[in-house]
Parts: sequence; C-alpha cells; structure tokens
Amino acid sequence: MSELLKRFKGITEDPGLSFTQKARYLSLEAENSLPYPELDEETAKALEERVICDMYEGHAPFKPRYVMPDYSVVLEKGSTFLELDPATTLDEAINSLMIAYHHVPSVTNMPVFIGRLDNLLLRFCDDVSDEDLYKKLKLFWRYLDRVLPDAFMHANVGPTDNRVARTIMRIDAELKQIAPNLTFIWDPEVSSDEIFSQACESIIECSKPHIANNPLHQPLFDEYGYGVASCYNVLPLCGGASTLTRINLREVARRSKDTADFFENVLPKYIDLNFRLTEARIDHLFNKSGFFEGFLVKEGWISRDRFTAMYGIFAMAQCVDELQAKEGRSGKYGHDETANQLGHRISKVLFEAVEARPMENCWRGKAMLHSQAGLSDDDGCTPGVRIPYGSEPDPVTHVQALAEHHAFYPSGVSEILTLDETIENNPAALEQLVKGAFSLGFREFSANVSNNDLVRITGYMVRLSDIEKFKECGGSRINTTVLGAEAADKGKILERAPRVMSHELAPRYSQ
Amino acid sequence: MNLPLATVSKVLKFSCVDGPGNRLVLFLQGCNFACPTCHNPHTMKLCNDCGDCVPECPTGALTIVQGKVVHDPNICDQCDRCLDVCPINANPKVTQYNVDDVLALLYQNKPFLNGITISGGEATTQLKFIIALFTAIKTDEKLKDLTCFIDSNGYLPEAAWKTVLPVTDGVMLDIKAFDNTLHSLLTTRSNQRVLASAKQLFAAGKLHELRYLLIPGRTDSSQEIKELADFVRALDSATPLRLNAFQHHGVKGEALTWPTMKEPDTERIAAELRSAGLTNVVVPAVYI
Repeated sequence: MSELLKRFKGITEDPGLSFTQKARYLSLEAENSLPYPELDEETAKALEERVICDMYEGHAPFKPRYVMPDYSVVLEKGSTFLELDPATTLDEAINSLMIAYHHVPSVTNMPVFIGRLDNLLLRFCDDVSDEDLYKKLKLFWRYLDRVLPDAFMHANVGPTDNRVARTIMRIDAELKQIAPNLTFIWDPEVSSDEIFSQACESIIECSKPHIANNPLHQPLFDEYGYGVASCYNVLPLCGGASTLTRINLREVARRSKDTADFFENVLPKYIDLNFRLTEARIDHLFNKSGFFEGFLVKEGWISRDRFTAMYGIFAMAQCVDELQAKEGRSGKYGHDETANQLGHRISKVLFEAVEARPMENCWRGKAMLHSQAGLSDDDGCTPGVRIPYGSEPDPVTHVQALAEHHAFYPSGVSEILTLDETIENNPAALEQLVKGAFSLGFREFSANVSNNDLVRITGYMVRLSDIEKFKECGGSRINTTVLGAEAADKGKILERAPRVMSHELAPRYSQ
Repeated sequence: MNLPLATVSKVLKFSCVDGPGNRLVLFLQGCNFACPTCHNPHTMKLCNDCGDCVPECPTGALTIVQGKVVHDPNICDQCDRCLDVCPINANPKVTQYNVDDVLALLYQNKPFLNGITISGGEATTQLKFIIALFTAIKTDEKLKDLTCFIDSNGYLPEAAWKTVLPVTDGVMLDIKAFDNTLHSLLTTRSNQRVLASAKQLFAAGKLHELRYLLIPGRTDSSQEIKELADFVRALDSATPLRLNAFQHHGVKGEALTWPTMKEPDTERIAAELRSAGLTNVVVPAVYI
C-alpha cells in the first residue's frame, strides 16, 4: 500500500474522529495529493521553509477562503438553483438562510459568514411578538451550533439598535455556545448607549461579542459595505477573500543581519515572494477551478470582482525582539517604546508595500494587509501583532502599545485583551476601555474575561471545560498502558475530537 | 506656598475595583492603621533609610546616596525582595509626584478613564495633596468630567473631611469592626472616628460605598453582622455595601495563621444582610 493510501486508511479507521470529520480529512488529503499551483523556485523554497505560509489551504484552490454572500438576494428574490421562493415571513426567512448556509463554501467547506443578521431579518419581524422572536431565534442559534459546528462561523449585528440585534445578543449570552462567533458593529453616531452596554455585559457573560469600530471600517468599503467573518477578517460583502497567505516575520528577522538589512533587503524580498505565492493561488482559483461559474455568482449572492486577497503577517513580537537583540537593545515588544515604534514602522512598510502592488483578480486591484491570528501549531510565534500571551501589560497600556498598528491593517487585526473577573461587578469599566481603544484607533476589540468557560484562543471560541476534559483523557491514555485493553478502549472514546471544532486551525490530518 | 508632593507606591491605569468605571488609581504610601490582615502591608510606613534592603536587591537597583535609599526603576525587575525584607513595612520603590505629574498621567490616559481614585496606604494621610490635585482636575477643561474618589479607612476627623469633600465626588469607606475592642485589635485604633466619618459622608451625599472585611471567627459573628445591618439601615438600606472576604494574598505575619473566608459563608452572610433589608450588598467576584 502506498503512503498515501495508508494515510487514507488511517483516517477512515481513526476512532477519535466523527464520520463527518473523516470525510473532511479525506477530501483534504485527496486535494493535497495533487500538484501545487506552479511556483518559481525561490517562492517554493520560501514556502518550504515556512518563511511564507499558505495556511495549508490546500494544493488546488477550488473555492475562495472566505465567502461573504449578500444573503438578502436569496431572501428577496429566492433562488432558482435551490428552488426557493422569496421569503415573506420570519419563519421562511430563517428557513431560507438555514438552507443557504449549506451552499456557501469556505476554506473549511463550512460558511464562515452567516450574514449581518439584523439587516437581513428585521423587515420580517413587524408582526412577530418579542416572545416569538426570542423563541425562533433561539432555535435558529441552537441549529447553527449543532449543524455547522465550526468556531469560525461568524454572525454580525449592529450598528443600529434593534430587536433582532438585542435578542441575538441575549440568546448568545444565555446559551454560551461556541458557534456561531458574533460581532457587534458599533458606531457612536448610530448605536444607542443601551445596545453598546448590552454588548459589553454580554462580553462579561461569555466573552462574546467581538466589537467592530464602524467609523474606521465603513469608509474603506462601498455601498455594499462589509462583514466580519471568521476571526476578525473584515471583507467586502457580496464577495470575500480568495486566499490568505502570510509572512512569518520572526523568520524574516532571523534571516537579517540587522535592522537596516531587514528593511532594505530581506523584508522586501519575502514581501515579494509572498505576493508571488498569493498570485499563483488566485490564478488557480479564478482561471482553473471554475468556481465563479457557479450559481452563487449567477444569482448575485457574490460577485467575481469583489474578492480581495488577504495579505497576512504574524510573529511581529518575535520579529521585533529578534531585531532589538541584533541592535544590542533589550527592550521588549509591548513594553518598551523603542521596540513598539520599531513594530509600528514594520507595519507601515508592509502596508505601503501591499498598497503599491497591483493585483489581478483582486477587489480594487490590491490585496489587503491582515494581522493574522495564527494556527494551532505556530512554534512559539505570537499571532499577528499581538503581545505574547502571559506577558501582556495592563489593558490600557496594552491598547496604547498596539493602537498605532491598527491603521495599517484594513482587513482586520486579531487582538484579544484578557480582563480579570473583577470586571463583572463593573461593566462601565469595560465600556470605557472599549471607547478608549476605539478613540485611539483600534479597529476592533475582543476580550476574554478570565473566569468565563467560553474563551477565545487565537480568535475563535473554545470551552475551557472541553479542554479540561481533554486533559483528563490525556491522563486516561497514560493509564491505559497499565490497565489493559478494556481501559484502552475507554481511553480512545475519550480522545474524540470535540464536536465543535475550529476547522481553520486544523487544516491537515495529523495522527 | 509649598507645592504639595505625594509619596506614591504604585499607579494603576486600569482598575475596575476602585469606584465606578475604569479608574486611574494612585496608591499613596503610609497608613495610620496597622491591620494584620492588610493585603498591601508594604504600603504602611514611610521608608526610614535603614538600608536593610540594599544588599538584598539582586539587580542592584537599590543604592544609598547621601544616607538615603535610592531606587532606580530602570534596573529594577520588580521581584519585590526589598518589600519582603523591610523590617517596618515600608517601600523603597516609592516615587514623588507633584500635581502636574498626575495631571500629565490623566491627560495621557483620558480616553480610557471614568475617573481617578486615591487609595493607599491611607490616602487621607496626604490630604493636602489630594485637595490640590482634585481642585486642579475640577478646574481643568479637559479633565473636569473625571470623577474624583477617595478610598479611605475613615480615620480622618470631621473638620478635615470638610476641607476635601467640596472637590471630592465620592468616598469608599472601610469599616473594620463595630465592637470597639475588636476594632482596636484589628487596626490598632478606635472605631469612633470611622463610624462618625461614615455618617458624615452619607449626610454630605459622598458615601459611594461601604466596605466590610469578613474575617472568620472575628468579624463574621452574628453580633457584628447585626450591628452592620443596623448601621447601614440607619443611613439608607440602599447604601452600597461591599463585602470583602479575608484571604491570605499579600498578607504578612500573624494573620497568615488565621483562616480565610470561604465563598459559601460569604454568600450566607450576604443573604442574611439582604433579608435584614439591605438592598445593595455586593460580594467578591473572585477568591484568591
């Protein structure tokens, strides 16, 4: 049996995976047994060394990484392909959405964006009582978590204060599910103080929603606007992102003699190589995969010319510390003014490079810079421009250290503030922190409250109690060797992958 | 007139436990109580330059210059060894701030702040500074919407409160015990002034919150709890009352042998106080 067939066999027989998880890993293995889109030697080498990274999106991109449909199309016009009439009631609208989600792909094959739900549903709610609205949305929420169990699936509400947004945030705080993830889009000119307070109280309850700063995002997009998907990717609605590639800035710094060499030679080289990687992947998607001939485009859910390319970076902290050491300076990223300014300078250079490079088959002819949240295996590299976990200063100093980066990352900055649980008795403090952060230029705000069962890891949600169960079953596995076959079987049952996964973070099967 | 200076042991830019919203907190050095249960005992006394800490400092951040202990914050790695070895519960790492220094801190962090709280140590031992600072904040166009709070043990006499209350928005006041002998044992001082301060602050509309530290076997007796309920009811049964639960975190000395206050007992007492008519009893969010 060939190595490949052995891997297929291993997946089908892995007792820790559900059958849907097996099907997914089999399809990934199959895709990855195909040759990679053609890369020049230098780009292939950089990818091999993982100085640049394709997020293990697969060898033959046949669907965009993030699809951000305009779901109002299916609600207003129905769908010929799906044989759906226009929705006329709230029940029909929710039902059409539930059907629609199954036909929206993404890198994980599950939808990462399920719509700006209040915009979509509000017009069907006139004759619906508050109690009925609550009941219907609660069932909808339960359906989403159980049927589309991906922690990256993302709903948006706001900026207006409305019944749907309020009810969704209330249900989300009550159910404390991992899926869907939720963003409240905040705009001081539009959002009421009450709904902003509700969002902050909900964060204290369950670390959701994430709050997006509409006045900073909206001007970058057109009349269609934007949506927030996955972990904090801000993308054009009715389009999305073809691909996400990223530069490991730590590796770039390691390959540089000093700061001057970094800026003059090494960083520009890898910026270019990451562009080439991005272009090769986009070329396959647009010119070979046939994706844009499908019904999503024909019916107007998405438009071929509204897909951007996300140009990601990560390990800013390790990069800056590496360069600081090469310059004989000890100040650490996040804590030292010189180190922080060096970080801001790197972000600016990256932003200017991405703005300057024309890209084919890309919304507005350019990629969008992104501070990328990481994979589960990133070898000690800190996500995006974040301060390394465990060494963060107080939340105010934290925000002040990072705020200047935010202007350079139009497609999103994944940042998480950890707050201790004393905030529970004082939500006004959280509100002021969010307002302070936004006034300094933060594009988005996410927080973990440290006693919540539901917490963010790199941006997606997990339940701490699930992790605890995992740790316990790690212990059982060790015991199995002594306790024999019966215990071994039990141990393997306990090893099951959690029902709700973060599929983006597990892009490959690893035994 | 001499410009008042504050001796500050610590500044926090983010605190959600020192009054409404997020507050910049100045912890002033020095206290007129000496509670064995103190969780910041190194804030009690002012340094007497004995120098015992200097040879203990692993990074060489402490030196003696012209008979004074000098601290270099650029070398210090905050190991707090100096606090552990200090024979008098003082702190060699204090910084002197004048009013303009604090105003600069407030400007820098203004978008994040609902207000400022002066804590300690005992804040009111440096009353002149507080009055000067709060007056400056109230007359500064960019800062005057910040609320000015004091966290106090209540030992300040009535006449002195009158000098600071016009520029103070609220006071968080600790009552350690109602039985005066117990209060003396727990603080080294009588509680007469403390109880009088609570009444005076309430009458002035400046009592933001009362705080009561539950110590098992000492301040959690049914008699103490009854007197606490009676006292609060006599003010206003809606007065915010924060129950703190004695824990060992930060404590030095004898009180480390005292039992800690557990969550179920705290909840039980909170329930008793609520059934006695108090409507605004807050329990700790965390037990560490």
